[in-house]
This record gives sequence, structure tokens and C-alpha cells, in this order.
Amino acid sequence: MAEQMFDTVSSPILEVRDLFVNFYTYRGVVRALNGVNLTIGRGEIVGLVGETGCGKSVTARSVLRLIRYPGKIEGGQILFEGQDLLALSEREMREFRGRQISMIMQEPKVSLNPAFTIGAQIAESIAIHDYKPLDDAQTEAIEILRTVRIADPEQVAHQYPHELSGGMAQRAMLAMMLAPRPKLLIADEPTSALDVTIQAQILNLMTELVEQIEASILLITHDLGVVAETCDKVAVMYAGNVVEYGTTEEVLTNPAHPYTRGLLRALPNLARQGPLYTIRGSVPDLVDPPAGCRFHPRCEYAMSECAVERPDLLTVKQGHFAACVLYEEGRDGIPDAAHDELPANVWANPDASATVGEQS
Amino acid sequence: MSVATGWVKDFQHRYKSQLESALYFWSYLRRNTLSVIGILVIFVFILVAAFGPYFAPYNPVKGETSDRLQGPSAEHWFGTDQLGRDIFSRVIHGARVSLRIAMIVAVIAGTVGTVVGVTSGYFGALVDDLLMRVTDMFFAFPKLVLAMAVAAALGPDLENVIFAIAIASWPVYARLARGEALAVREEDYIEAIRALGAGRMRILFLHVLPMCITPIIIQVTLDMGFIILTAAGLGFIGFGAQPPTPEWGIMIAEGRNFITSQWWLSTFPGLAILVTVLGFNLLGDGLRDVLDPRLTR
Repeated sequence: MAEQMFDTVSSPILEVRDLFVNFYTYRGVVRALNGVNLTIGRGEIVGLVGETGCGKSVTARSVLRLIRYPGKIEGGQILFEGQDLLALSEREMREFRGRQISMIMQEPKVSLNPAFTIGAQIAESIAIHDYKPLDDAQTEAIEILRTVRIADPEQVAHQYPHELSGGMAQRAMLAMMLAPRPKLLIADEPTSALDVTIQAQILNLMTELVEQIEASILLITHDLGVVAETCDKVAVMYAGNVVEYGTTEEVLTNPAHPYTRGLLRALPNLARQGPLYTIRGSVPDLVDPPAGCRFHPRCEYAMSECAVERPDLLTVKQGHFAACVLYEEGRDGIPDAAHDELPANVWANPDASATVGEQS
Repeated sequence: MSVATGWVKDFQHRYKSQLESALYFWSYLRRNTLSVIGILVIFVFILVAAFGPYFAPYNPVKGETSDRLQGPSAEHWFGTDQLGRDIFSRVIHGARVSLRIAMIVAVIAGTVGTVVGVTSGYFGALVDDLLMRVTDMFFAFPKLVLAMAVAAALGPDLENVIFAIAIASWPVYARLARGEALAVREEDYIEAIRALGAGRMRILFLHVLPMCITPIIIQVTLDMGFIILTAAGLGFIGFGAQPPTPEWGIMIAEGRNFITSQWWLSTFPGLAILVTVLGFNLLGDGLRDVLDPRLTR
């Protein structure tokens, strides 16, 4: 059962339980999240991977309750240090945003207000929670800019977002989001919009700073290379469900869910000849998703029962879970022989940056 | 004191980009001769309104009845009216009345319109429906008729004219601000500030509103001519300021009876209205040319 996975982490900072989110569009009800389960331990970096439209960002925004009309959180629990965020009033929720949980976004340049200087925006992120005189907050902002290793922070504090490079803007964004010293940082594809050479710098900086303030990270990405390099744990999402969850090493070397296996097999591999493996079929329309396991129409192991009931996350081994009936008690899972088809493992070679579902 | 200077600094860096874009704007605007003329006219109008009354040669409300209905001369440049008041002095004082009406209306209507529009656009849903239907109700009446009706209902008085014109003009700004706010609220930086725990009022007034203010300022400038014209119109039909206030509309109305023999009574205040409104309209056209990407370059 899903509850099992929560036992592995003594006191998690965040637990998402059975989260359902729908978007009420003119086309119909988009069932974006279909019972998402996710746990983030203290100080952990958890990767959330999956293809475009699988619900990664919706999950992230749900945690901060930033889902806007026509989206609606329909059910589940989001427990932050044991407190259910979904039970809070909007006013109470605001105390959690920034101060406890903050989020950096994909496009740093459009996530900074074009009308204000960098210094003013960081100062504001401090002032929202601590009612400080603006001058003090400004001085503090410059110090924070220094910690994100921006050369000449005094000058940058007086610049506008359009005057910064993408990497600089993302550093400023990091400064802004880490200024209130949150316990959890949600990073929604923080490096996707950046130059490859800058990506590693930003990721390293982010993990380092977060370590300093003893926070956790939920890192959303579609880059398995980034996951292999940075994350302690990884959750794989498919069509609104977390289908697999476990330590990064375990999931990447020993994928249990047929979808994860398909993903890893689809990675380009220099050592292998022949056409690239693809998962047959395409991503389901979430207005009318397949019943039962949403992956079953594309799954090579699909059985008749897969079309009936949505599988819970089941234990594959200690600390490794997959939402697949193959792991029900008395079943053997995917035969070991099938593991041979996996490409040279990503974990061993993190530089071979691998991308899921989106062009690299 | 530190609170005050902090606030000023805050304002400075919040609105720095607006100031910069205004300067950029001017570099385009000054290439347009007509709008520069417009600006000059407005500049003179404001100077006259501000300082003219101190230099006006005669008292605008008290005249020498012995001097009544004198034609333009070296002594009375624009002549005198039926009560012997110096028309030149009255026109100068009239500038102050007109500017006062225009400025107060612009501030009231601009503020109300912007706040209503931004609120409507940012919150959307029911709030938007409610506020915009109210706005639509105001749009259903012609502006001038609405201003007239309100002025008539409140009774003839200068303050009431200001209120009436403001009531007739705010819906335009509300629409404009709503459109801007609709676009701004979807921006990532608004989501980012929400993710930091900013409250609604902070987002609305410190983040959304500054982004919506530029088009409002321009629209207000475009509408200045209309406001002055409406005020004069209301004065003319007797719904506005009351005699002996030196108001251009009243002056024209009073000169009507003498128009065939003593032409200067109505002509000079009429010219004053013409020149001032023309100035604002020339500037307005210039602004529109600079702003409309289809017309420039």
C-alpha cells in the first residue's frame, strides 16, 4: 500500500498523499493529477521526472497551492511537517509560501518583475515576511546576492532583469527565493532555459546553498543526467501519477515500472547499433484517460486487470516502489533477463546527459 | 523622517523604469511638430493658470459699470463685458478654473478607473463580472449626457461639475486597466511573488498596478481636451459653475445676447477654449502616433 513508502523516511518534510487535481476546460475535465504520492525527507533532493504534460509542474504548484482557475485541487493531502496545507485558509497558507516553501521557475528572466531592480525584488522577498525598513532589506539583499556568487552585487542590485544574462537572472532568482530561508525549495526545471555550460554551475550553487540552510529540494526536470548527478531520490511521473519512486541509483539501474524501463531503454546510446527504442503509442489525452493504470495501453506487460484498477505504489524492495500490479505479493515483477536490454547505465556516467520526452 | 525618505526611495526605484520610458517617449514625440506645438500650448495654458491671476490687470468679478461693453483697446485688451469687467482678466482667471476642473477630474477618474479596472482584471471571475457590468452601465450613456444628468441632479456648482465629469469618464480607464491587468496577472513574475507569500493587496497595488499605469496616463492626457470642453459646455448651459465665476463657458453664454454688436464678449473666451482644447488634442494625436506601432516608422 501507499502508506508503506512513508515509513522509510523517519520525519519527512513533505508528504503528498493521493493528490487529485482537475482542470475544468471547455474541452472537458482534464484529470491532470490522478492520486499523486510523493515523499521528501529532510535535507533530501528529490527529482521529479516525466515527459511534458505528465503533471510535474501541476504537482509543484499544488504544493504551494498556486493552482489557479480553472484548475482545482480535488482531493488528497499535502502534509508539510505533518500540517495539511490543503486544510489551511489562504491567509495561513501565505505564511508557508516563501518562508517555508519557495519555488524557482524555468524562465528566470520572465519570473523577475521587469519594472523593479533586482535589489528591490530581493528586498521585497525579505520584507514580505519580516517587516523591515526597506533600506535594511536592501543591504541584506546585497549580501544575499553575494552568497549566490554574483560579482559586484552592489551594481547588480541596481540593475533591471533585462540587463542580466540568463545565468545571472537565475542566480538572482535563487537569491530571491532563498532569502526567506525556506525549508523546501521547489525548482521547476531551473536549468532548462539556460546555456549548458551554466546549468551545472546553477545546479551546484543551488544544492550548495540549500545544504547551507538545511533545506530540501524538489527538483523537477526531464533530464535524467541532472537527476543522476544531483538527486538522492527520484520519482517518475506518467500521465498524472507517480509510477515509480526510490533512490536515484536504484531507480536508474534497476527500473521496476515498465514505463521507467521504456524511458531508460529509449536513451540514445553510443555503444549500441540500430534504431532507437520507443515506447509504443502516445501519451493519453487526460480529458479521457484510460481506465485503471494509465500506462496499460502502451505497456508490454499489460494484463486484463490493468484496465480495471489503478495500482498503488507497491514495494519492489526496501525503499523502492512502483505502481504496477507486477509487484503484487506472489508475483515476480519484470523478469531479470529484461534488464539486459537497458543501455549502459546513466548513473555510472552522469555526463551523458539524457533527456526524457522532450528534445534536448 | 526616515520613513518618508524610505518611501520616496521606494517610489523612485519602483517607478524608475516608467520615468525612463517617458524619456524614451519624448525622443519620439519631439519629432512630431504638431505635438510639440500642442505641448507648448499646454505649457502656456498651465503657466497662465498658475501665475496669470497675479498679473491680471483687473479684478475679474468686479467691473466699472461706466466702462461696460468697451471694445478691445490698449486699456482693455479683450474689451469689457456688460458689467464692465475686463474680459482679458476673466479669460486668465478662467484658465485656472478650467485647469482645476481638468486636473481634479483626471485624478479622481484616473484613480477610480485604475483601481476598479486592476481589481477586476486581477481577481477575475465574479469580481470581474460584477465590476465590468457596472462599468458597462456607465458606457451605455453618452458621456456628455451622463455628465449633464449628474450635474443637473446635483445642482449647479463647480464641485458638482467636477464630480459629474469624473463619473462620466472613469469607465474608460477601468476598461483599459482591466485589459492590462488581465495580461499582467498571467506573468511568471506575479506567480513568483505569489510563491513568496505576497498577499493579494501587495500583489495588486505594488506589482500589477504599476505595470498598468502607463496607458492610463496617456489616456488621461488624451481626454483632457474633452474634460475642458465638457466643463465649458456645462457652464454654457448653466449646469456648471455659476456667475460671477470667470468660467469660459459662462462667459460665452453671457456674451450670446451681444454677439451681433459686441463680438468680443463671446469670442475671446471661445478662442481660449479652442486653443487649449486644440493643444491637448494635438498632443493626444502625437501620443497616439508614437504609441501605435502600425503608424510609426
